Amino acid sequence: MRRLFWIAGTYVLLLVAGCGRQPAASPAAHATAFGAAIVESSGGKQLGTPGAALPQPLVVQVNDAQGNAVAGAPVSFSGPAGVGFDPTDGVTDSNGQVTTNVTLGGTSGRYELRAASPDKSGRPFTVNITELALGYQEQVGYSVDQNYCARCHDQESSAERVSNYDNLAVKPHAFIDGQTLNMLTDADLTAIINHGGPALNRSALMPPYGATLSKAEVQALIAYIRLVSDPPWRAAGVVYAKR
Amino acid sequence: MQSMKAKFVSFWRALFRDPVLSFGVVSLLLLLALAIAPAKDHFSEWRHYQQQYLRLIRDRGDAVTLQRHFQGGIRQIWLPELGVVDRCQSCHTGLGEASLVDVSAQPFRRHPVIPHRLDEFGCVVCHRGQGAATTAAEAHHSTLAREEPLLPARYIEASCGQCHHVALAGTPKLNEGRDLLGRYGCVRCHTVRLPDGSTMTATDNPPPLTHIASKTTREWIYAWLQNPSSYAASVTMPDFQMGDEDARDISAFLIANSEPLPGGLAAITSTTAKSAPDPAAGPSLYGESFCASCHAVQNAAGNLVGGDIGPELTRVGTKVKPEWLRAWLRDPRTYNSHTLMPRYRWTDQQLSIVSAYVESKADSDFLANVRLQPATAQQIANGKALVMQYGCAVCHDIRGISKPANYAPELSRVGSKPLAQIVFINGMAKTLPDYLNGKIRHPRAFGPGLRMPQYTFTPEQVDALTTALLSLTDRSFTLPTHLKIPAQPSATYQPAGHAGKLMAELNCVACHRMNGRGGDMAPDLSWEGSAVQRPWLDDFLKNPNTLRPALIRRMPRFNLSDSERAELTDYFMTVYQKPDIDREAMPLSGYSPALVEQGRQLFYSKYSCQSCHMVNTQQDKGYIGPPLTQVGSRLNAAWIYHWLKNPQALRPGTIEPNQNMSDEDAGAITAFLMMQKTAGKQEAKR
Repeated sequence: MRRLFWIAGTYVLLLVAGCGRQPAASPAAHATAFGAAIVESSGGKQLGTPGAALPQPLVVQVNDAQGNAVAGAPVSFSGPAGVGFDPTDGVTDSNGQVTTNVTLGGTSGRYELRAASPDKSGRPFTVNITELALGYQEQVGYSVDQNYCARCHDQESSAERVSNYDNLAVKPHAFIDGQTLNMLTDADLTAIINHGGPALNRSALMPPYGATLSKAEVQALIAYIRLVSDPPWRAAGVVYAKR
Repeated sequence: MQSMKAKFVSFWRALFRDPVLSFGVVSLLLLLALAIAPAKDHFSEWRHYQQQYLRLIRDRGDAVTLQRHFQGGIRQIWLPELGVVDRCQSCHTGLGEASLVDVSAQPFRRHPVIPHRLDEFGCVVCHRGQGAATTAAEAHHSTLAREEPLLPARYIEASCGQCHHVALAGTPKLNEGRDLLGRYGCVRCHTVRLPDGSTMTATDNPPPLTHIASKTTREWIYAWLQNPSSYAASVTMPDFQMGDEDARDISAFLIANSEPLPGGLAAITSTTAKSAPDPAAGPSLYGESFCASCHAVQNAAGNLVGGDIGPELTRVGTKVKPEWLRAWLRDPRTYNSHTLMPRYRWTDQQLSIVSAYVESKADSDFLANVRLQPATAQQIANGKALVMQYGCAVCHDIRGISKPANYAPELSRVGSKPLAQIVFINGMAKTLPDYLNGKIRHPRAFGPGLRMPQYTFTPEQVDALTTALLSLTDRSFTLPTHLKIPAQPSATYQPAGHAGKLMAELNCVACHRMNGRGGDMAPDLSWEGSAVQRPWLDDFLKNPNTLRPALIRRMPRFNLSDSERAELTDYFMTVYQKPDIDREAMPLSGYSPALVEQGRQLFYSKYSCQSCHMVNTQQDKGYIGPPLTQVGSRLNAAWIYHWLKNPQALRPGTIEPNQNMSDEDAGAITAFLMMQKTAGKQEAKR
């Protein structure tokens, strides 16, 4: 009986050990330095598709208290369920940067990711990074934006598409300009898209698109504007963030 | 053991010692057995989720509405036409609730906005999975025979492609994948039959190898075969991972098999004047001729600059023979009757300048290590066998070798391929999307002796191709006819007569669309005769440098003769007219000053056209539409009027919005615009 007890005991112990969380190979093991601040270098605010990798990698940089890049500092990435990082942990290179490839979760919306690095005392300091996953509707809105709106509303000029922004006497608002656009209700935006600037007593340089775009396209465009808005629109959709 | 038996016997006796007691016990057992089914039902997974949902909505502001919408029990969408029995909404209770926008917890999230209704299409048509299952594991992940797991979100656009064979604005990935299937010639080896009975066609343009020896050297073919992308980054030819000997023998065969050009190169190029051209003349003529509208060249920073209609020219001097290049530039159709390259009417002097400049784009490193012994008869014979084995003739015309049919497996229904028919490699997830993805990335990794070559796709392109392949399902063939939305049949329009031959030689349809056929780089010309005035068109063909000076892709000057130009202009003005626009209906000039002034005010105030167009270069800056400074000498008044009334009716997809202009306003603006004439012409009239 006693032997049985021993066998059962060992079994339970093994089971507990097996199920217990594997202590992840801590990046701190390879870490040789610690910083005081972490910033996003590039790869934030990208437009991606649900479940797919973002087009550009995400790069963050660790700085010391003087703002100089720190090499050899550990960085770990985290995000809401469904988000994948490759790699999840890293150590900053000679430029103080860590690069990771991000795969978004399976649903459309705004994803809030976090990169963290411990300081000397082991307390983590963090930076939040927002990425956007376009659903069907936002994708339609994006294509409307690229066809009709971006030539004036986007300041970026390229050889393929010269921006008209600088040519306009009254400057249009960029679609990420949440400070302004969040003040407008969906009905306001619909009116200004359908009937032009004068509908809201604004510039006539914004022409009416109501007879050109379908109702669904206008709704899709508004959904897209709401998604990319910064600061976020209050009802822009689900915010996926780790609690 | 004895005691156990004794215990059991006494237990048995206690229960069944007299008939009444036995009856009671058996009844009890029966009752218990009957209770199993309701108990299982009560503790089922979907009931658990429904209770969770009710708790979730209980404290919300819109609880009353949500509770009124809620229906308990198994909920089912049954669509016999589509073969759909979906019970997904038994757990996904909030799918149709627009007010649940802030809920992120599954399975209660509302469905994102799509253009279809759930009760018309169900769930599995798009998401796959087992609709009739009532547990999450069985519905989502089952991979038993004839069952399929959920389609991962990254490939979801594939489901749109089952019915929609036209490009949709909301499915960029699917559109790109379909485009790649044609552009990289995938469908040359793999037949893809579509539900409407048509077959997908390739859009690449692999050159014929009939006269290859006059174009390039055996050394170049040898180096190219071993790694096409080391010659040019943008090539569409894949890497066949050929060994030295295979490349040696194939290059030997191709050169030996090549027949001389009819007439020979020497005859064509004999008039060459070998004068050393001015070094600056080359780049300037290359630029003036807008070669870069179609051909890309790698710049010093390593970026490709230029169009992708023709091949990249970064190292072309290493590839082509100078005498071939001259002959080609003089008349490309002598060498390849299917080429997209137009025939520029260059003078001998210009030919020397352009060919010398193009020939200078060379990279001696590419052939630095290639030393080939003269080919033996055995190598040539072996080369021929290899050409057949590698399937070169599927894409290229090779003398004496017929195009093999069904060279690779047909992919018409690959999106429904049963997992049992797939050979996975170790370590990969055993799902169809992962298999297709892996196969496109590393085709040869799936076993020895596989012939599919290695492509250099980016991860996004692989995803796009996988999406396009996953859309080729059994369901797309069995759909009811009213749900099948076939692709636009490819137009075969060909302009007629002598002018048509001239347009074929200039290959107008490479950039311009005409009657449904052609590229989208330049404006649609189907109604050009209604739009423009004859003198302007004639001038434009002589020197096409007037519209939109800031564009980098522009119309080249073909150096047409006066008679050729007159013929083209006549053809355009006569044939390409919109039936309901009478270009003589409104005069080209003579509008009253009052009307012109009214038009000017409407132009600048009510419609603010200056945000996109320039009329007065001193004050207007708008640069989206073409400058209108000389529009009165370019367009017909009737065309302007109809354009103002509804631009999309004249050019679908144009970005100028339809402003619902009244007839009066449109007439006044037309009058104002018709006064914007070329300075010279106005003076001539006075």
